[in-house]
Amino acid sequence: MSGPDLLFYFFATLSLGGGLLMVFSRHPVSAALFMIVSLVGVASLFVLLDAFFLAILQVLVYAGAVMVLFLFIIMLLDVGPGGAKASRLKFLSGVAGLISVGLLVILLLDLSLGAMEPSDCSADGCEDCSETSAFAWPEIREETAANGNSLVFSPSVKAFGFGLLAKYMLPLQVAGFLLLAAMVGVIILSRKSTGEEGG
Amino acid sequence: MEFNPEMLLQLGLKVLFAFTMVGAVMTMAGYSVLAERKVSAWMQGRVGPNRTALPFVENIPFIGSFLKGLGIFQPLADGLKFLFKEEIVPGHVNKVYYYMAPLVALVPALTTMTVLPFGQYYDEAGNSSPLILANLEVGILFIFAVSSLGVYGIVLAGWSSNSKYPFLGGIRSSAQMISYELAMGLSLLPVFLWVSVPGSEASALSLVGIVSSQNDSAWLLLIQPVSALIFLIALFAETNRLPFDMPESETDLVGGFHTEYGSFKFGIFFVAEYAHIVVGSAIFTTIFLGGWHFLPWIADPWPATWVGTLLGIGWFLAKTAFLIFFFIWIRWTIPRFRYDQVMSIGWTKLLPLALINLIVYVLLVTWLDQTPSATP
Repeated sequence: MSGPDLLFYFFATLSLGGGLLMVFSRHPVSAALFMIVSLVGVASLFVLLDAFFLAILQVLVYAGAVMVLFLFIIMLLDVGPGGAKASRLKFLSGVAGLISVGLLVILLLDLSLGAMEPSDCSADGCEDCSETSAFAWPEIREETAANGNSLVFSPSVKAFGFGLLAKYMLPLQVAGFLLLAAMVGVIILSRKSTGEEGG
Repeated sequence: MEFNPEMLLQLGLKVLFAFTMVGAVMTMAGYSVLAERKVSAWMQGRVGPNRTALPFVENIPFIGSFLKGLGIFQPLADGLKFLFKEEIVPGHVNKVYYYMAPLVALVPALTTMTVLPFGQYYDEAGNSSPLILANLEVGILFIFAVSSLGVYGIVLAGWSSNSKYPFLGGIRSSAQMISYELAMGLSLLPVFLWVSVPGSEASALSLVGIVSSQNDSAWLLLIQPVSALIFLIALFAETNRLPFDMPESETDLVGGFHTEYGSFKFGIFFVAEYAHIVVGSAIFTTIFLGGWHFLPWIADPWPATWVGTLLGIGWFLAKTAFLIFFFIWIRWTIPRFRYDQVMSIGWTKLLPLALINLIVYVLLVTWLDQTPSATP
């Protein structure tokens, strides 16, 4: 087993173990902290894939900002251990467990089927195989070449930005609009004014 | 991957460099504490620490007493004092997190320096390559990401202490960090837009690129004064320095998040705070003050040999030291903001200012890009 493999197993254990401990820990603060461990583990896996930009965004957005808010809320409300006692919550968590197990089965089935597919494909030749893959890399390369832009698809930030702001401009705008709507909704919901101040 | 002696040597050198850099930053943090005590003393008409001395150095005529008067040996004594104090753990704390918190505070402060370029090295042909532990393409984002983890140390310390004042400090700190991170990130966007305009060599978010763009031309402080101002203010808030030291404002929160800490655990918090200041000053120097380059519009006067390397590093350290002095200077000049004032400055002043600044520079960069003759 070589160095990167060892690192992969280490960080995979970290992210999976963190996730499991998050689910099973009784105290909300511990759960939040284990979730941070899990997120950092996933970021490290991105680093092993040479996707530094994604890894850093993962830490910056999830571990650094979202989880700080989670902790902030947990501490502010002072939630004690074992909050989920009500029977309705137990029912809900049962349903959630069933759904996630189902999704996991589907994922594993898909993975085991998907693992077979390239071997069928490689009999015909490598060109077809890359075209059927989810990430149509050659397509992007062609497009960037057609625009007279020498940017090739790579993990670098420039290529990332080019893809986000040129090829996937509309999805980006839609996602942004969705977030804006959510933000406006939060502001309206959290305002308790009865009309005398601010209006 | 096979392990061979060559690789092992490379690995060993990397580890050695990392330890050297940690040592340098820790030493600078220690001496920043001394500088803080000395500068505050001078500003208040006192003398400051001038009694500590090593046994034999003290007896050297003139030099010995001069060093003693400067308090050069004080950080050593402070460190030993923290180490040998009785370690008291209050009975009401949450033990695991209580012990974890100082480490969580220190590690991000020391990790950010890995992507910090602090000088350049010349090979025989005279080509320069930057001195840096890890030359990441997204260096500045790495710094933001890691330093955003630093807040957990304070939050955990406040929460695990299980007592009122530290808890308030932790809550305030998390709110403050989130608020000022936004302004900080937005203030740097126009800087990187300016540096990596279409056609320039610099890669998008690299700190090395931003330093080399300031070689022989204007410092970015002169081109982007508003960004520099917002970044500096946000830096004060992120390092919890005085106009913004909400988490530990000693007049209303006793000691804030480290009220319940003593001996070396308190020492680690202390070192972490000053390490943050050192690294923050170095980042400001790198981005806005031209890094190791001499003066705006003047090419480096030193030769392209190891002498130039050393002088460059020295110049970088001098700028950083000035900024550390600036941090201390502000602390002993400006009174603390109230908590609601901190929040309103962050959200209603700095954030809109940063947004306007960004839009102005986007328009400017686009206009310069459309005009073929003008090259920034």
